[in-house]
Amino acid sequence: MSQMVPMPLNYLNYDEAVAKYEPTLGLEVHVELNTKSKMFCSCSTEFGGEPNTQTCPVCLGLPGALPVVNGKAIESTILIGLALNCSIAPFSRFARKNYFYPDMPKNFQTSQYDEPICVNGYLDIEIATEEGPKQFRVEIERVHMEEDTGKSLHVGGATGRIHGAEYSLLDYNRAGIPLVEIVTKIVGGTGKYAPQVARAYVSELRDILRSLGVSDVKMEQGSMRCDVNVSLSPLDSGTLGTRSETKNVNSLRSVERAVIGEVIRQSNRLEAGERIVQETRHFLEESGQTRPGRSKEQAEDYRYFPEPDLVPVAPDSGWIEALRATLPERPSARRARLKAEWSVPDKEMTSLINAGLLDVVQETIELGAEPIRARSWWLGEISRLANERDVDPTTLITPTQVAEVISLIQNGDLTDNLARQVVEGVIAGAGRPSEVIAQRGLKVVSDDAALMLAIEAAIAAQPETAERIRGGNIPAAGALIGAVMKATGGQADAAKVRELLLKHLGQ
Amino acid sequence: MATALAAGELSSVDLTQLHFDQIEKVDGAVHAFLYLDKEGALAQARTVDAKRAKGEALGPLAGVPLALKDVLAQKGIPTTCGSKMLEGWRPPYDATVVTKLKEAGIVILGKTNMDEFAMGSSTENSAYGPTHNPWDLTRIPGGSGGGSAASLAAFEAPLAIGTDTGGSIRQPAAVTGTVGVKPTYGGVSRYGLIAFSSSLDQAGPCARTVLDAALLHEIIAGHDERDSTSINAPVPQVVKAAKKLDVKGMKIGVVKELQGDGFQSGVLSRFHEGLDALVSAGAELVEVSCPTFDYALAAYYLIAPSECSSNLARFDSMRYGIRVGDDGQRSAEEVMKLTRHAGFGAEVKRRIILGTYALSSGYYDAYYGSAQKVRTLLMRDFSAAFALADVLVSPTTPTTAFKIGEQVDDPLAMYLNDIATIPVNMAGIGGMSLPCGLAEEDGLPVGFQIMSPAMRDDLMYQVGGTLEAALLAKWGAPILDKTPVLAAR
Repeated sequence: MSQMVPMPLNYLNYDEAVAKYEPTLGLEVHVELNTKSKMFCSCSTEFGGEPNTQTCPVCLGLPGALPVVNGKAIESTILIGLALNCSIAPFSRFARKNYFYPDMPKNFQTSQYDEPICVNGYLDIEIATEEGPKQFRVEIERVHMEEDTGKSLHVGGATGRIHGAEYSLLDYNRAGIPLVEIVTKIVGGTGKYAPQVARAYVSELRDILRSLGVSDVKMEQGSMRCDVNVSLSPLDSGTLGTRSETKNVNSLRSVERAVIGEVIRQSNRLEAGERIVQETRHFLEESGQTRPGRSKEQAEDYRYFPEPDLVPVAPDSGWIEALRATLPERPSARRARLKAEWSVPDKEMTSLINAGLLDVVQETIELGAEPIRARSWWLGEISRLANERDVDPTTLITPTQVAEVISLIQNGDLTDNLARQVVEGVIAGAGRPSEVIAQRGLKVVSDDAALMLAIEAAIAAQPETAERIRGGNIPAAGALIGAVMKATGGQADAAKVRELLLKHLGQ
Repeated sequence: MATALAAGELSSVDLTQLHFDQIEKVDGAVHAFLYLDKEGALAQARTVDAKRAKGEALGPLAGVPLALKDVLAQKGIPTTCGSKMLEGWRPPYDATVVTKLKEAGIVILGKTNMDEFAMGSSTENSAYGPTHNPWDLTRIPGGSGGGSAASLAAFEAPLAIGTDTGGSIRQPAAVTGTVGVKPTYGGVSRYGLIAFSSSLDQAGPCARTVLDAALLHEIIAGHDERDSTSINAPVPQVVKAAKKLDVKGMKIGVVKELQGDGFQSGVLSRFHEGLDALVSAGAELVEVSCPTFDYALAAYYLIAPSECSSNLARFDSMRYGIRVGDDGQRSAEEVMKLTRHAGFGAEVKRRIILGTYALSSGYYDAYYGSAQKVRTLLMRDFSAAFALADVLVSPTTPTTAFKIGEQVDDPLAMYLNDIATIPVNMAGIGGMSLPCGLAEEDGLPVGFQIMSPAMRDDLMYQVGGTLEAALLAKWGAPILDKTPVLAAR
């Protein structure tokens, strides 16, 4: 842990920082494609195999082996480009990015450099602000293909990092898995909304990639990772500041926090008269801050040159148009449609989108839940529990589990109150909803006879209250209902109790 | 031999054993081989003999022995590329060329010596000592495929496989009095060929006659889905072309830039006799000019080192090959450095440094970029020349074989040996060298080069076959009958 340093008196917070400085963003997103085989050989891309079992002479870079491009990967990349409104280059080439690293079998990465397959696109996104929804256009510079590297495992030593390790093991199962890199142009003009814009862009991009079915886009598992570039310039200066590049940010929330963290850090450096160093930085989940990685002041020279082992990629226009015709509904159009279908008010729709809950809500509804219940459970109770735990709601509980709970409510087997206990149990790891119900005996007391016994007991205990109700003082019923609920351990349906009680007392 | 085998007059096992006997006798002096696979070779010979006995249909070269350049991966057989770096490495897979040889029933005797990672023109850059020219053991056998060519000239093998990046098949063929062919780029799969310069490398046949080369050519050529740069088109009918023995009406383009200054007089006189023989056979000579050839050598020495600096990066001791300095204290990066320092020879290091520099940011356009432009211009020169002539011809090398050690300290002089062969690689077209006699001043073989347009390899075989027949008629016996090693035998 770093020592706490007292904040200087003139320390800028986020609002103060963006009141003085204009943030500029650049976002680079790496996506692992979900093709069955690797980028340049026929090895499996399955996650989690025994180390080095999914390798061959090609992805091990053995002397003499040659790459052959995976056509499916090219197709996926073209789909991504089309969905992002890019032009598809009639001629593009792979290039070698040369640098030495033990987890790189050939000591060069086959990538694309000055001739990427997709260029000049854009993605329109919307964020919610206090003045209502705001639209931004994020321009895409390029979408290109490359191969992933292997993984190093450092054994011994305290940290699991290379420093201090006794020895290192290399697993090349990941080597050669197809990656697509999506690079934005400079994103300016966002002002104080930079963090939301960054998040909304990555979120929209993730939605699009998922709708295309080209990647698992699991940020937590690393199948989608984001590098966040941030620079600041004094307001209205018309200049661009030096940028930092925060690597491998792996959740939507972290993307937003990384931008906030960098804006605060950089503005305070600039206020102190220091300069911003061009460097890569690492995001710290705990604090929302970044720590310096390697400096890029002495830029590494990757000696790019066209990959002579591969022929240029020259997709014909007929193929491109055929792929364009298969593009699925745009997530934004889908959102408009769902909003209408579910009759969701503007504000709630925005909340659902911003919270990244649209997919789970849709899934929950598709599993039979009433739209209004699905929305309110995800946005209400589940989000509240997620906030308490500082995690993403979708990591707590699955749509299937939520749909099961809602179906029990719809059938009258659970009250909202009981359902909350079931959800809490599921989140606490007590099992599926049915298991939690069984374990805790959470079931609505719906037996009229049992309820009548409790009602009669309550009337007997509070005869004056009963008299007042008989006399027409309906609000007084609350006290007796409360007593019945207490007596049944909260497992009665309060509305049902009310109905029986009032009827019994001639109301 | 193939005829004798087919007729059942000779078994493949006997033929293979005879070649191992010859190797035993002469290879101490020649040093063409780095590794002999007696067990594997005799097993393959037995299989072929058994098939033949059963009357199974066999390919034209089934049972014939062959020497394989050590740059091609052969499963389970040490493959070193003439480098310390790969000492002890046994590939877990076969190069496509090797697979095709095995399927054709060819008997692979062993791996032949070469300049380290195919960089050189004399086989002196092998980490395992030089190969000696059977014509004169004090002289070089050419390079990088000196081992393959010398094995043919010393009658250690009737067929060999070489690889040609700037002349490594043709120049050794020229200086040993044998035939060597670099097919059109993409004509033969490069899968399993340990890359020196990916856009220039090409495996090809080495033999003692044009027809033998053609038979071997058809076996190893063809599209391979493992090599995206291999041509997906029918293989030119080179065997048929080699048997034509007719050049009537063909136009032979004599390249103006590839004679004169720097060419030994005995080389030029034999070359002109070759031209005369072609004219007598009915061909028409035209002079063609390829002005960009003057820049080919310089451009080659930017492109080939650039690609090699990247291709050879994988030799880092992490996965295979030797490892130096791994004492448990040093970092992976330090071990890589020590290994590469110890594992690579001087010429390889020279080219890696050259290529690394040429690809560096700020220099890329001036060096690699310009060199690629020269390549485009060279292709235009060839196109213009092929509009005037069916094939182009030149001497294969400016001189006959030089003495071992003579040019080893003068890389530039060494590089000039390839001045006539390099343009062919740079343009990706086909090239052949066949013997056209002995230079009068030193009695050493001279090579005659025929260049054919891309994917028209048949044309050079047609001209080569005709020229060979004409010269043989004139000489009365094959030139290799004059090798002193043979005479001493």
